[in-house]
Amino acid sequence: MRKRSLDMVYELAKRDPRVVFIGSDLSPGVLPEMKKAFPDRYYMEGISEGNIIGVAAGMAMEGYIPYVNTIATFITRRCYEQVAVDLCLHDLPVRLIGNGGGYVYAPLGPTHEAIEDLAIMRALPNMTVTAVCDADEMTRLMNASLEWPHPLYIRLAKGGDPIISKQSRDFAIGKAIDMIDECTGASDVLLVTTGIATTQALDAAKQLAQTGLRCRLLHVHTVKPLDIDVICDAAARTGVVVTAEEHSLVGGLGSAVLEALADELNRQMPMVRRLGIPDRFADRYGSQAALMKSFGLDAASMVAAVTRAIGDLRSSVGPSRAAE
Amino acid sequence: MTPAALQAAYKTDLAAVQSQVLDDRGYYLRGLALRAIEKGGRGHIGSALSLIEIIRVLYDDVLRVRPREPKWPDRDRFILSKGQGCLAIYVLLADKGFFPVEELDRFCHFDGLLGGHPEIIAPGVEASTGALGHGLPIGVGLALAARMRKRDSRIVVLMGDGEINEGSVWEAAACADKHRLSNLTAVIDYNKIQSAGSVFEIQSMEPLAQKWSSFGFGVFECNGHNVEDLRRAFDQAIVQPSDGPRVVICHTVKGKGIPEAENNPSWHHKSELSADVLSAIRSAKRN
Repeated sequence: MRKRSLDMVYELAKRDPRVVFIGSDLSPGVLPEMKKAFPDRYYMEGISEGNIIGVAAGMAMEGYIPYVNTIATFITRRCYEQVAVDLCLHDLPVRLIGNGGGYVYAPLGPTHEAIEDLAIMRALPNMTVTAVCDADEMTRLMNASLEWPHPLYIRLAKGGDPIISKQSRDFAIGKAIDMIDECTGASDVLLVTTGIATTQALDAAKQLAQTGLRCRLLHVHTVKPLDIDVICDAAARTGVVVTAEEHSLVGGLGSAVLEALADELNRQMPMVRRLGIPDRFADRYGSQAALMKSFGLDAASMVAAVTRAIGDLRSSVGPSRAAE
Repeated sequence: MTPAALQAAYKTDLAAVQSQVLDDRGYYLRGLALRAIEKGGRGHIGSALSLIEIIRVLYDDVLRVRPREPKWPDRDRFILSKGQGCLAIYVLLADKGFFPVEELDRFCHFDGLLGGHPEIIAPGVEASTGALGHGLPIGVGLALAARMRKRDSRIVVLMGDGEINEGSVWEAAACADKHRLSNLTAVIDYNKIQSAGSVFEIQSMEPLAQKWSSFGFGVFECNGHNVEDLRRAFDQAIVQPSDGPRVVICHTVKGKGIPEAENNPSWHHKSELSADVLSAIRSAKRN
């Protein structure tokens, strides 16, 4: 996904002279073709995120479209005021590509784990927040990014993630995608997910379907602006909503969905369960998959969580609500 | 070194800075700023008054801008990174015709264009500032963009002497040096008083000239209230060709033009105007 994202920067640069790449002391050999083809639009700068965001803002004020890339924690936490003031207050079309969303850098510890990036980026006016599920969807996002008129945060996953997205499902920034063709209307359970949590949720949904549950899965590659209409419509036609994200339970997709449902649904509010990272820094290393599993973000844990939620619903309001 | 010894190392006569007599235009522009402060009921008075001559000379003699066409692509770009000094740029923009002088009467009003820090909603304001340490990085981006576009626009970024405590200023300085941005000039309003008190007590950045020089900047200095000296320094540091970025250290007096406010940290910002403050302001306007 990271490689696809950066390769696409070069592709976009070939198409559009406004595209500029700015890296912050990345690995040797990042985008060598672009560096050779467009040396005046390729910038590898020092370890200075605050400066780099300001530089990108200055370029964007002059009509350029800078794609800025470094590790997700550094491009969000380190330079938050620059992102807020230089990019969001000025509403400039700068793209922030954050390497290692969630627990990608599990072996490197909490300084490198972006567990609240979606929340803090989402809190900023004018910012658009995305977390696609695979490399093919990254291609679609990058194509769509070229003409997007606002600042845009692009969260990257580990790379080599299974391809689950399909070209046939229309991609547009801000539009949720139904991932299960057989269930796009009323359902027993509605899964709402982002990033690679969608991959786990798709596996879980298939297992749940085998038990006879109607399971709808909405993949929300754009956490902000949230596709409120589609999510609320689907939530009004299900028994249980389960959100899942490789992100803190404070302020991420689950919070955004709850906010939307509370604002829009009134008495139709369904039962909601949120799966994500508890409000603490990780105290283990290992792998991304191991940490996700430990916080209940693997497919088996999702199946169990949905089953529990369905059971809770039936024991609290009887079976009729889920079967509507 | 003691503050006195540090200051003695400057070429500029700092006693002359303190005693600099202002001319009619200096008092006229201050009168506009004080009019806005009275109408708004607040303002960073000391911060703005040290800037008046610097910004006046920039707009009168240096910057190529078109008040009727604020977004003219080939214009020079000026960023007031020290956003709390906004009244100084507001009065120059009004004086030049970017917006009517009457807009100053709505300073900090609910429906006004001119807030307590400058924003791009005001014609002629290039960047919204107020959080410190943002202007120079943006200026580096503007300078690189001008280079990519092959425009000869000059980029001027004005910072406060407290503002340059911020690390992002020095990140940007290193970046400007790396790219040898000959179209970028930093200007320092060196009034030697930051919000909490003397810069020599709070956070001295001395030796200041050597710091900028070691970051690859050509260093110039001047009396920041002497119009002729400012013209000379800006000609050398902005107009004349260069092989890299430059900085002008402008020695100034915080609160210049109101005797009670000069060198007085308590006049950095007034969120309400007492009778004594109003009296001092009105006395200064009569000069």
